[in-house]
Amino acid sequence: MIYLPSPSVRRRDLMVAAASSLVLAATPQAVRAQALPAPGGGGGQSAVIDVSRARVEPIPIAIPDLTGGDGPSGQLGRDIAGVIAADLARSGLFRTIDPAAFIQSGPTRGGVPNFQNWRPTGAQALVTGKAEVLGGGNIRIEFRLWDILPGAQIQGTAYTTTQSNWRRIAHIMADVIYERLLGEKGYFDTRVVYIGATGPRDRRTKRLAIMDQDSENNRFLTDGSWLVLTPRFHPTRDQIAFMSYANNRPRVYLFDLTSGRQTVLGDFNGMTFAPRFAPDGGTVVMAVANGGGSDIVATDLGGHGARKLTDSGAIDVSPCFSPDGTQIAFASDRGGDQQIYVMGSGGGGAKRISFGSGRYATPVWSPRGDLIAFTRYGGDESDFSIGVMHPDGSGERILSSGWLVEGPTFAPNGRVLMFWRETRGRDARGTGFSSRLVSVDITGFNERVAATPTDASDPAWSPLPT
Amino acid sequence: MNIKILGAFAAVALLAACADQKSDAAGAGTSHSIVPGSQEDLVANVGDRVFYDFNKSALRADGKATLDKQAAWLKQYASNNVQIAGNCDERGTTEYNLALGQRRANAASSYLKAKGVAAARMTTISYGKDRPTAMGSNEQAWAQNRNATTSVR
Repeated sequence: MIYLPSPSVRRRDLMVAAASSLVLAATPQAVRAQALPAPGGGGGQSAVIDVSRARVEPIPIAIPDLTGGDGPSGQLGRDIAGVIAADLARSGLFRTIDPAAFIQSGPTRGGVPNFQNWRPTGAQALVTGKAEVLGGGNIRIEFRLWDILPGAQIQGTAYTTTQSNWRRIAHIMADVIYERLLGEKGYFDTRVVYIGATGPRDRRTKRLAIMDQDSENNRFLTDGSWLVLTPRFHPTRDQIAFMSYANNRPRVYLFDLTSGRQTVLGDFNGMTFAPRFAPDGGTVVMAVANGGGSDIVATDLGGHGARKLTDSGAIDVSPCFSPDGTQIAFASDRGGDQQIYVMGSGGGGAKRISFGSGRYATPVWSPRGDLIAFTRYGGDESDFSIGVMHPDGSGERILSSGWLVEGPTFAPNGRVLMFWRETRGRDARGTGFSSRLVSVDITGFNERVAATPTDASDPAWSPLPT
Repeated sequence: MNIKILGAFAAVALLAACADQKSDAAGAGTSHSIVPGSQEDLVANVGDRVFYDFNKSALRADGKATLDKQAAWLKQYASNNVQIAGNCDERGTTEYNLALGQRRANAASSYLKAKGVAAARMTTISYGKDRPTAMGSNEQAWAQNRNATTSVR
C-alpha cells in the first residue's frame, strides 16, 4: 500500500531538467517535460512513504516496456524501460517484478491500466508509457506512474528531447519514480568522474574519466600523457577540479566539460592538491605543500584572492565544505597520527572529531549535512575501512572494509556512497592487483562494483542538475 | 633439521652477495663503461635513493650515509642538477601520501643543502603512492617503496 495524501502534482514537473550540458556534447540538450493529467479525470496525487526508517523494504514495482509498436519506437520503449528498471533495482530500494509474471503489458481502457491484472503480480506501483520517435532526431516519451491498490495515477509526464538523450530521459524518469515513492530525491540523472588506470603498476597510465552513474557513456577526458588524480565536480556539473602532473609540476587544474579546456588554478610555489569546490561554486579549497607540511588554502576559480585557512606546520589535507558552506572538515597529523578536524570556513577553531582506533582520512560531508564519510586504516586492523560519523564525531559506523578501500563520495541525495577498492598484489610482480569503484547504501548494504572499462579509482559523484 | 635449513639459506645469501659484487666489479671496469657523472654512475656507485620507516620522513643513518655520498658526488659534478622524488608505500591514502612524499623529498633535499649542495640545483616532487618500484603487497616491497629518489635532470 502506498500512502497517497492530498492531490498535488500537476505542474510541479514542468521543466524537470533544464538544459544542462552533456560532456563535450556539441550543444547542451534540453529536456522538455509536460504534465499529463490522469486519463478520465482524477488528477495526479503525491505519494509519500516513510523514509525515516534506516532501511526500507524494497518496493515491488512493475515496469513493462513502454509501448511503441514494432519499429524504432518500440525498441526505444523497451530500452527506456530497461534503464529505469536497472536504476531502481540497483538502488536496492525497489524490487522489479519479473515480466514473466505480467498478465498484460501496458495500459488498456483508454490509457488506464486494468489494475485487476496487476494486483496478482504483487507489484505496488506500475509504470506505463509510450515511446515515439519523431522526425528531426527527436523523441517524445509519455510516462505514468500508478499506485496499483487504489488504482490511482501518481504521476503523469510527457518528455520531448533529442534521440541521443534517451538514456538521460530514462534516468530522469527513474528519479521521478524514486522521489514520488520514497519522498526523497533520487540520484540517477548523475555522472561520476574518476581516474581510469591501465598498464603495469610501476608504469600506470592514468586518465581523467567520466561516466553516467550506471557506468554507461564512459569517456576519457585526458590522454594519459601526465599522471592525474583526485577529480571533483563543480556544483553546476560543468567543470571538474583535479590534480595533474602536467610538465612535471603537480598542481590543481580546472577542466571545463563544455570546452574541454584545462587551466591551472592559481600560482603557488609548492605542489597544490586535494581540491574541492565550495557549495556556492565560487571557491576552491585545496592543500598547498609548504616546507615539511601542507596548508589548506581557499581561492576563487580564477586563482585569485588566495587565503590560507590553516598554518599548523603539519600535514593539513583533504578539505571538504559542509553543505551549508559554514564549516570545513579536513585531515591533519598535527596531533601525531592523522585525524579528522572540523573548522569554520574562514579557518581557525579547528576541533578534532575522530577518536577511534587508527588513522582517519578523506573526510567528505554528506549533501544532507548529517554525516561525514571517511577512510580509516591502521590501528588494530590491517584492513582499510570506509565509514561515516556525525559531524561532532559521534555515531561512527563502518560500512565496508578490505585490503584497501579509500576515498568515499556521496550521491547527491546522501543515500549512497561510492569509493574504490584495491585487491593486493599476490607476488613480487604485483600479480592480482586490481582497482575498482564500489557503491554501497549508507546503511552498509547493497554493495555493488561499477562496470568501468579499466581499473578505476578516485570517484566523485556529480550533483543532480540544477 | 632447522639448523640445516638455516645453513642452506645462508649459503644462498652468500652466493647472491658474491654475484652482486662480481657484476659491480664488471660495471666499474672497462668492458661496460659507465659515464662518470651520469645517472647510471649515481645509481651504481653512489646510491640514488634513501629509505624511510613507515609513515615517517626522518632520515635514517643509512639514508644519511647515502646522502653524504650524493653530496660529494654533486660537488664533483657541479654542473649536474637533480630532482628528488618522494615516494610512499601503498598503505596510506592518496592525498595524505602526496604530502608525506613531499615531506620525504624535502628531508633529503634539506640534508643535501646542509651538506653544501646549492638549493638552486635541486627540485623536489612527490608521487605519493603512485610510483612503486617494488610491486608486491608485503613489507619487503613497502620498505623499498618508501623512498626519496635522486635523478639527474
